[in-house]
Amino acid sequence: MNISTLNTSTSNTLKLNATIDRTDEPLEFDGPTRLRVVAYPTNEPVTGRTMLQAQGLHKTYKKNRVSVPVLKGVDFAAQQGKITAIIGQSGSGKSTLLHLLATLDRPDQGEVHFDGHRIDHLSRRSRDHFRNQRLGMIFQFYHLLPELSTLENVLAPIMIGRSALSYLMNRRSIHNHAKELIDRVGLGHRLHHKPSELSGGEMQRTAIARALVTNPDILLADEPTGNLDQETGAGILDILKELNREQGLTIVMVTHDESIAKKCDAVVRLSKGRVESVA
Amino acid sequence: MYKFLLCWRYLRTRWIALASIVSVTLGVATLIVVNSVMDGFTEEMHNRIHGILSDLVVESHSSSGISDSKWFEDRIRETLGDRLEGLTTVVAVPAMLNFSFNGSNHTQQINLIGIDQQSYASVSDFSQYLMHPENQKRIDFLLKDDGYAPDRTTFPESGWNYRRDMARLRKEIDRETQRNKELRRQIKSAEVGSLSLSDSMDKTTIGGLTASTEATTPATSNPEPPALAANSDSTSTSSPETPQENPTTELASLSDFLSKETTALEPPQSASTTTEMMMAGPSLKMSANDPSARAHYFDSETDTHTGIVIGISIGSMRYRDPHGDVKDLFFVRPGDDVSIALPGAGSPPRAIDESFTVVDFYESKMSEYDSTFAFVPLERLQKIRGMIDPTTGKKSVTSIQMKLKRGVNLAEARDDLRAVFPPDQTMVHVQSWRDTQGPLLAAVQLETTILNILLFMIIAVAGFGILATFFMIVVEKTRDIGVLKSLGAPGSGIASIFLTYGLLLGIVGSGAGVMLGLLFVWNINSIAALIEKITGREVFDPTVYYFSEIPTIIHPTMVVWVIIGSVLIAVMASVLPSIRAARMHPVQALRYE
Repeated sequence: MNISTLNTSTSNTLKLNATIDRTDEPLEFDGPTRLRVVAYPTNEPVTGRTMLQAQGLHKTYKKNRVSVPVLKGVDFAAQQGKITAIIGQSGSGKSTLLHLLATLDRPDQGEVHFDGHRIDHLSRRSRDHFRNQRLGMIFQFYHLLPELSTLENVLAPIMIGRSALSYLMNRRSIHNHAKELIDRVGLGHRLHHKPSELSGGEMQRTAIARALVTNPDILLADEPTGNLDQETGAGILDILKELNREQGLTIVMVTHDESIAKKCDAVVRLSKGRVESVA
Repeated sequence: MYKFLLCWRYLRTRWIALASIVSVTLGVATLIVVNSVMDGFTEEMHNRIHGILSDLVVESHSSSGISDSKWFEDRIRETLGDRLEGLTTVVAVPAMLNFSFNGSNHTQQINLIGIDQQSYASVSDFSQYLMHPENQKRIDFLLKDDGYAPDRTTFPESGWNYRRDMARLRKEIDRETQRNKELRRQIKSAEVGSLSLSDSMDKTTIGGLTASTEATTPATSNPEPPALAANSDSTSTSSPETPQENPTTELASLSDFLSKETTALEPPQSASTTTEMMMAGPSLKMSANDPSARAHYFDSETDTHTGIVIGISIGSMRYRDPHGDVKDLFFVRPGDDVSIALPGAGSPPRAIDESFTVVDFYESKMSEYDSTFAFVPLERLQKIRGMIDPTTGKKSVTSIQMKLKRGVNLAEARDDLRAVFPPDQTMVHVQSWRDTQGPLLAAVQLETTILNILLFMIIAVAGFGILATFFMIVVEKTRDIGVLKSLGAPGSGIASIFLTYGLLLGIVGSGAGVMLGLLFVWNINSIAALIEKITGREVFDPTVYYFSEIPTIIHPTMVVWVIIGSVLIAVMASVLPSIRAARMHPVQALRYE
């Protein structure tokens, strides 16, 4: 990206901020279809457009006064409607890259752009909102809330995104939407079970349903099969592929499993904090 | 929405939170119980003090008192107008009360108060503290036959019946003692054989009586006072022998007689205790000193002195016997005579001795009053002290007591009167009952305040418990906090989970505490009884407190303040942990294992 696009992206950021402020109001919810995002630059979703992009990312963690450089200038791009795999060995910085892409952390240097808008320098509040509305995340260890049932876990992002009043007023349609998603990942019979009563595969499916409940533009997955056996992991992967195929969901997946990476549309190979190859 | 849901789930699933709730609950319950009991005590004390003292009092500190009480009364009525409900004049002097018990003389410092029977009831609840039901209706300072304190089983026999019995018994003892003495003397004279009977008789003082001149005539040699002769038929059981026995009997029969005498003395003693006999003793001696009794012979069997109502603690003592039972020991009881030494109104004041007959006890259950107050009729006291002007007939008083209508501002009325009676000109002091008992009331108030501060510290300790518990929960929930943040929950939302959690803990804890506290207060007396039963120790020592029941009052405002305070402490304790939770870095939180 050249200087001129960077300049325009600054002005776009202002717009994005404005959008986010406005979406604090109750979002309109059209049943099972996508959340309608108001006043967002209406580029037609075209396969092949860059959805998530990072340039020259540097990140150094400090551990006991010792600086550990994790990322040393990483460029990354994920195309819309594609599954992009980030592969590398332990300590290669792939999880850190994912966290930076998810705005969970800020890079020391470099920029992260989402759909043409810079997002890494946004305020904490705006990033919280961005994560809630545009992003879905799944983790290796599922990270479900142990006090909540399957349904409640799936509903959590909506509860976070909406005020209590708006949630209660649209409770029925929201619940239907969540139940549909849970049905889709094949857990319709486990609605009211606590995570402790679910198997690993079931927990990951719940996590997928939770990630998708706000109809995000992109799904970030941190070793989604890392903690599962071959067969279950394959099942999870099938679900992700199906979502990608049927809904055109953009997926960025961190993995260390070459066989999984092979099934993806694009592979970014990281090694010691740098991009080794892009395929 | 997730905040409430999570906070509710945390509350339901964290048992550690229960510990915090329990500490809040206990703190709140203690506060409520202690406050209710303290308020109950204070209220009870206020009521009692107020019941005893009139609302306002105009008092003179000079011993001769206010000479023109009428002028004062008129000015008071003029000033207070329709605010005044009742007014009475009173003479109050420090005095010493004497009675004899168990052979020894007892002196107590008292506050002798002369009251006007009619008007005194209009300013004070005086009569409701008396023992006899008739006196409770209206006090007339006359000794009643019996029926004192009908609701108390341990109250000793008292009244006219008791007085009569005692008088007869005493006379008999006197007679027996006298005869005993005489017999001893006869034995002696028989041994010596030189002394004439009439000589020795002249020198004898008969028993407790100051020797009456008629009794010393040797020819008739009848030692009985004339009054006893009329009643001798009813009391003759103990002395079957006629006293007219020839003094010159042989020694053999005399010694026989003596042994009979000693046994004969026993029955009346067992009928009533020795102590009672001794108590009755001195009154007869005093009556001899009484100038009014000079005219006719004072017989305690048929006559009484002027009535006096004494505080129950003057005449009795509460103690615990070796079995741990609480008992009252009565030194004096209605029907007994007491002598009082008081200063006269003249200058310089002369001590005046006067005998009174106790007609009732006064029990306000305020130990200060019960151990010092004694009431006599106003006019009698004025007469004794010389407070009645012989030329004008004007009667002096030492204080004027007033009762105000309900809802009248006490301090305002007092200040109005102070303006009318400037102390430097009129030499009187205007006080309200609160002023009189100011130090006591202030002390109780201070005690309550300090107790409250201490108890709130208990809740503060509970607050630190909450703080520690919450830090633990935050640490335990680190990963969940990371997850929530990754799902887009803002820091403020995370913080409010824990703040709401603290609030909920406070509400649940103090709610349970209020219930527990109220239940405790409502059943405090049965709980006290139960504790007594289990431990065998009395919670409320009746030798110390006069309350048979623990008085409690629940002020709703107090309960509300306790709730607000404890909830606030719970919320405050959760502030730090929630800030910590809010500041947690999502990546580090997610990595946390």
